[in-house]
Amino acid sequence: MKSVVVVFPGSNREKDMADAIERASGHRPRLLWHKETDLGKPDLMVLPGGFSYGDYLRCGAIAAHSPVMKEVIRLAQAGTPLLAVCNGFQMLVETRLVPGALLRNASLKFICKSVNLRLEAESPTFTGGMKKGDIIDVPVAHGEGNYVVSDDTLKALNDNGQVAFRYCNADGSADMDINGSVDCIAGVYNETKTILGMMPHPEDATDATLGNDSARKFFEGMVKAVAR
Amino acid sequence: MAHAAHKLPETFREPAVSVELAAEFGLKADEYANILKILGREPTYTELGIFSVMWSEHCSYKSSRAHLSKLPTKAPWVIQGPGEGAGVIDIGDGQAAIFKMESHNHPSYIEPYQGAATGVGGILRDVFTMGARPVANLNALRFGDPSHPKTRQLVAGVVKGIGDYGNSVGVPTVGGETNFHAAYNGNILVNAMTVGVADTDKIFYSRGASVGQPVVYVGSKTGRDGIHGATMSSAEFTEGDEDQRPTVQVGDPFTEKLLLEACLELMKTDCIVSLQDMGAAGLTSSSVEIAAKGEIGLVMDLDKVPMRESAMVPYEIMLSESQERMLVILKPGREEEANRIFEKWDLDYATIGHTVERRYLTLNMYGRTWCDIPVPPLVDEAPKYLRPTAKQAKPAALDSQHTALPAGGLGAALKKLIACPDVASKKWIYEQYDPLVRGETKAGPGAADAAIVRLDGKQKALVMSSDCTPRYVQANPWMGAMQAVAESWRNITAVGGKPLAITNNLNFGNPEKPEIMGQFVDAIEGMAQACKALDYPVVSGNVSLYNETNGKAILPTPVIGGVGLIDDARKAALLAFKPGQTLMLVGGECKHLGQSLFAREIHGAETGDVPPVDLAHERKTGDAIRQMIDAGTIKACHDVSDGGVLVAVAEMAMAANLGADLQGPEDAGFWFGEDQGRYVIATDNPEAVILPAVTLGLTGGDSVMGVKVSDLRDLNQSWLPNYMAGK
Repeated sequence: MKSVVVVFPGSNREKDMADAIERASGHRPRLLWHKETDLGKPDLMVLPGGFSYGDYLRCGAIAAHSPVMKEVIRLAQAGTPLLAVCNGFQMLVETRLVPGALLRNASLKFICKSVNLRLEAESPTFTGGMKKGDIIDVPVAHGEGNYVVSDDTLKALNDNGQVAFRYCNADGSADMDINGSVDCIAGVYNETKTILGMMPHPEDATDATLGNDSARKFFEGMVKAVAR
Repeated sequence: MAHAAHKLPETFREPAVSVELAAEFGLKADEYANILKILGREPTYTELGIFSVMWSEHCSYKSSRAHLSKLPTKAPWVIQGPGEGAGVIDIGDGQAAIFKMESHNHPSYIEPYQGAATGVGGILRDVFTMGARPVANLNALRFGDPSHPKTRQLVAGVVKGIGDYGNSVGVPTVGGETNFHAAYNGNILVNAMTVGVADTDKIFYSRGASVGQPVVYVGSKTGRDGIHGATMSSAEFTEGDEDQRPTVQVGDPFTEKLLLEACLELMKTDCIVSLQDMGAAGLTSSSVEIAAKGEIGLVMDLDKVPMRESAMVPYEIMLSESQERMLVILKPGREEEANRIFEKWDLDYATIGHTVERRYLTLNMYGRTWCDIPVPPLVDEAPKYLRPTAKQAKPAALDSQHTALPAGGLGAALKKLIACPDVASKKWIYEQYDPLVRGETKAGPGAADAAIVRLDGKQKALVMSSDCTPRYVQANPWMGAMQAVAESWRNITAVGGKPLAITNNLNFGNPEKPEIMGQFVDAIEGMAQACKALDYPVVSGNVSLYNETNGKAILPTPVIGGVGLIDDARKAALLAFKPGQTLMLVGGECKHLGQSLFAREIHGAETGDVPPVDLAHERKTGDAIRQMIDAGTIKACHDVSDGGVLVAVAEMAMAANLGADLQGPEDAGFWFGEDQGRYVIATDNPEAVILPAVTLGLTGGDSVMGVKVSDLRDLNQSWLPNYMAGK
């Protein structure tokens, strides 16, 4: 499998993501410095977590205008799968590849802890290893993950099955408010479900030695679906 | 990179130098007289500034140097002991762990957010300057009494500062400790530790520069922030010192991240001769250190220094503590190669001088020479004091009325202790830190007695802990410091790690007072004795004196940052036990309540002598514990410390969300005594326990000593968030 993890100045979870993809696929992704623009023809593109450009402007706003992003957007619009996590999700909403915006957490504090995610809608690209309603236990680590969209867009997201994950309690019987996100949304797809943006870090829940491999099936399903 | 030429206003004159000005800079009259003798003339204003920071307590260790030499610093696995940016130990497979702890106490009291943030930034640079990628941060925090009006705001600011910096740079914050005590009301402690990993053949030092090499500046531009920070850190506080805010630096974790990556990339080439970060006393201490260690001189053209503000003068440039800056000595002719890397990372850089044979620090700017100081005396003739000491009286034994159980018995005492500020969960703090980034963390805050971070691509892991019980050191500095070392060793042992070496952060009051100097000297001796007996040498450290406000000293707080190794992270013992396991107390029964949390929280008695440390027993017990974890006999483990056996069991129960059916005498000493060298273990196979052990009971059910685990959890977890919310 050929995958590319784009590295911006200030990215810091590219290693975690590369490890998780390698664990699931046996192939180490290429780490692509943002000043390069030739992505080749990857099976999967990833925008990783971190604090690109220090997040001194709106999170992800400067990275969204980085030279490499033009090519990422072009490929993603042509159907190349794009996974964007945390700071990557923030870039994604800045590029309008998915709707909405990410504001400061309602608590106004950075939050790092384990949360439960319920899969709300399946995507052939990303969630082949899971079933709708499955729950995975993964960490969040963000200061600005409070997802907002207009009422109309929210309705459209729900109607089209574009809400990928919601924060929930341990058995999934109730939604859980983690950061103030509208309807406890943790991740969303684009309309064709080939782009997934999410705040939590599934890549940090893929190693049994470290005590949590709850998201391993997510990565295995994704790798199986995208590898050519 | 070209910089606009800076112009000096024509009216500028450096202020006249006098013994009074020297005093304002923190130099005593005899110290100033020695400067006149060294130079054979009056120093310039710039030169006086340079002498004053180099001879400050912070940079020269003038009160502590004579005593620090008593600490053991060698072992077969020690690659570099104290004297470089950080200590270096061999961890096998061609790799080294590089680590240090450092204080940022005064700045954090004046401006908690930036003070704590730049404390993290500074210690990260100390470690990556030596070629290591930082893989873990820890911190040891001491705040005033919760009821003091400033405490809440200081906690909020310090925690956010530490989190925002470490989270952004992408180094996991995996452990630490937080205490509250009225003795820190006017002088909090913020001690930050970084642990990094390097290849043993790619370690970089500040030594090694020779004649004819370029001196390169890289990182943030120099501004007027933090001027004379080192001097501020070398004096007592008085009320109103918040006005010193301009001496606190401002941190930029994004530039730090770029500098980190650029340095590590540059280190993969063979361009570098030596390098040094610009920490306390900025360009002064970094250039003097490189010159002194290389036995050379430096000529620098300060016009070339990347500057943030206009018309800066040499005094300001040399004393600025602007953050995220490095001084690098390159091999001749390799500048272009280095510059390409700095440009890739969008960093400011400039060749600002070169090394020379004449051992002087010569500073030119605006077409003239502002400083020409011989380097050796600047370092070698720094003052060194053997200050008078006063022995502290041995504390009286705890009054027997303070050993009685309260109404409601053991369960009631447990509920009180589990919710007291020193034991209460610090989740509100550590949920603002990212302990997971890099994806190698096996145990972060609250999961085990020590943090466990796996080495990339291996099952082997670093084990780290930060420890000190200041109330013990206050009562008995010698035994208290010994206890701090023993507890560090024990915490690393309790997860299955082999303790290897420590860094220390010695926080004390004003050394000019004999009783404080007495505490310091006794503590060093206790620490030295413990380090020797446990083969646990000191490889780096930091001394922070003058931690006093309005003449009131803090509790003496010699924090120990311990580092060890476990061969297989999968075998590590964490706190959480499983149903049906036998809980046992190893190391002997407990009875000692002097200086215990029980005496303090139940009877309001902060009295008695500290629990004695028996180093031979400590070592024998710990070695057996480690062996039993490796053999799989011990499934969960917790050392006995604050609050004794019952608090230890309760913490394991909360981690497991499971109760325990306990048996034992209705006796405060047995359940709350803080005797040393004890561990609570959970095992499936009590017969395989190779040491004498007291069976405490079986795991299972939903309560501990009649208190529901869920209630314990609520009590334990609600104190800090309620406090921070002003409830």
